[in-house]
Amino acid sequence: MQPLLEQACWDTLYMVGWSTLIAVVGGLPLGILLVLTDKGGLLQNVLANKVIGQIVNVARSMPFIILMVALMGFTRWVTGTTIGREAAIVPLAIGAIPFFARLVETAVREVDGGLVEAVQSMGGNTWTVVRKVLVPESLPSLVASTTTTVVALIGYSAMAGTVGAGGLGDIAIRYGYQRFETELMWLTVAILAVVISLIQFAGDYAARSLHRRGGHTGAAPKLRLLKASTATSKTV
Amino acid sequence: MSVRPLPYVTLLPRAPPSPVPGHTHAHALDSDGNPVITTSGLTKVYRSRGREVTALDGVDLHVREGEVYGVIGQSGAGKSSLIRCINLLERPTSGTVTVAGQDLTALAGRGPRAGRELRRARSRIGMVFQHFNLLSSRTVQDNVELPLEILGTSGKERSRKALELLDLVGLADKAKAYPAQLSGGQKQRVGIARALAGDPKVLLSDEATSALDPETTRSILQLLRDLNRQLGLTVLLITHEMDVVKSICDSAALMEQGRIVESGTVSELLATPGSELASALFPVSGETSADDRTVVDVTFQGEAATQPVISRLSRTYNIDISILGAAIDTVGGLQVGRMRIELPGRYEDNVVPIGFLREQGLHIDVLGQEPVLLKEGAQL
Repeated sequence: MQPLLEQACWDTLYMVGWSTLIAVVGGLPLGILLVLTDKGGLLQNVLANKVIGQIVNVARSMPFIILMVALMGFTRWVTGTTIGREAAIVPLAIGAIPFFARLVETAVREVDGGLVEAVQSMGGNTWTVVRKVLVPESLPSLVASTTTTVVALIGYSAMAGTVGAGGLGDIAIRYGYQRFETELMWLTVAILAVVISLIQFAGDYAARSLHRRGGHTGAAPKLRLLKASTATSKTV
Repeated sequence: MSVRPLPYVTLLPRAPPSPVPGHTHAHALDSDGNPVITTSGLTKVYRSRGREVTALDGVDLHVREGEVYGVIGQSGAGKSSLIRCINLLERPTSGTVTVAGQDLTALAGRGPRAGRELRRARSRIGMVFQHFNLLSSRTVQDNVELPLEILGTSGKERSRKALELLDLVGLADKAKAYPAQLSGGQKQRVGIARALAGDPKVLLSDEATSALDPETTRSILQLLRDLNRQLGLTVLLITHEMDVVKSICDSAALMEQGRIVESGTVSELLATPGSELASALFPVSGETSADDRTVVDVTFQGEAATQPVISRLSRTYNIDISILGAAIDTVGGLQVGRMRIELPGRYEDNVVPIGFLREQGLHIDVLGQEPVLLKEGAQL
């Protein structure tokens, strides 16, 4: 039982890790593009904005289990198989890209337009604005968005387990549900709860320290105290 | 009030040549100095949901080298659009903008994006903002280095220049601080240091002091004035506060509904009969003490301001003069301003003394005698 769970844990982390990486690499530019091409944006392009927006919306509202099944042909083309953890990464990443892109869009929109104007007035181009303003200024939010995406992907990966991806979801279904091993079922639940809490805690901590680096010293001690107490109550 | 014009009057003539900080200008302005910023027929029309809003309606602006030029107007008058059209952050609908001999509107190209040449031109125009617009994720020094990064300056040179500029604005000790740790005035100093990083000839100031308290406003204006003098920096500022214009501007323009309704150097404005800006810059008030008095507004500008005219008037005609109110300033080494005086007797009795004042080259408004004044103006 021990090696079984251990392997499942690593499988889950492997799937989530890679798909998060791909989601960030794909979703970050997509989210920024959504802001830039929007009306009044630096690369205003109503058509492109509508098209990207529509793709993101459809992909996001698709139930993951259906997306997974629908993408099987594509998955086989990419990885050569539809079973196993490598195969699961494909639908997980594709499902997470639009999810993360929307979060990026929201975060980047929060950046003060005056900063963009300031960089433009210095002679910066759009790429400069993205590199020097949009990404660094929204970094704390982007980190928080990544945390949210990781947690969502853990959920998705459990679903991927039902179609032979392995991981904790697979254990819960095959042993916990189909073989009535209730103990094992609750053990996976407990492991997931701990993993999710740890990730959330780490993500919050990272976002907060980035925010603090931004010099928000005035409010920080209070904020830290508040968040720390909520975080501990969550883990307990 | 009885006859005590002398203390005032003796203060008037002979401007001390030494500059009084905050008021006098070290260099008298060459009235035909080279224009550094010129706009002609600048028009900006915003279209939204089929409606058209004209923010700028044929604006002609001439800012001379080395002067501090203030554009004043209420919100919605088009000041913000104007200053953003100067470095083409906003594309004018029509008209041209020339900065330091370069026609920026010609560089703009057709698309909405700024081409390389326009961006290069922008980097030579500094801009400071009402809300400072500092990057919260960067230290003060890194904020000042940002324009230099865009210009492609090497790391060592960047930090040398940034520290030098921070020293210039009096914030050398805050280099490693983050903007959130600074006060509003300090933030604006960083904003100014940043605007100067590209060695601009021209500084655009978009309501730079509007978010600051009066005390800080004064120190920031003083800094702008010092930079104007030390670096020969031409400053174009927009503001809704008359005090800003009064304390640092050599020239001013009044904007209303997208048009410039008045403009000129402060003395030129004072010389313009019925100038709204002049009366706002030098407000005089004071009620007459009795019915049979003549109240006269005297405007001092140019050579006449160096003569003790009021005391001369009093002596020549042996009349008692009361000063009801006065607003006098030293601008460009000359006293300019207005004074409201009261002469005994009705207007008919004072035609000769008033004629005397006019002969001295002073501009005279007789209160309650508008028609007469208009007629006289027409004769000139």
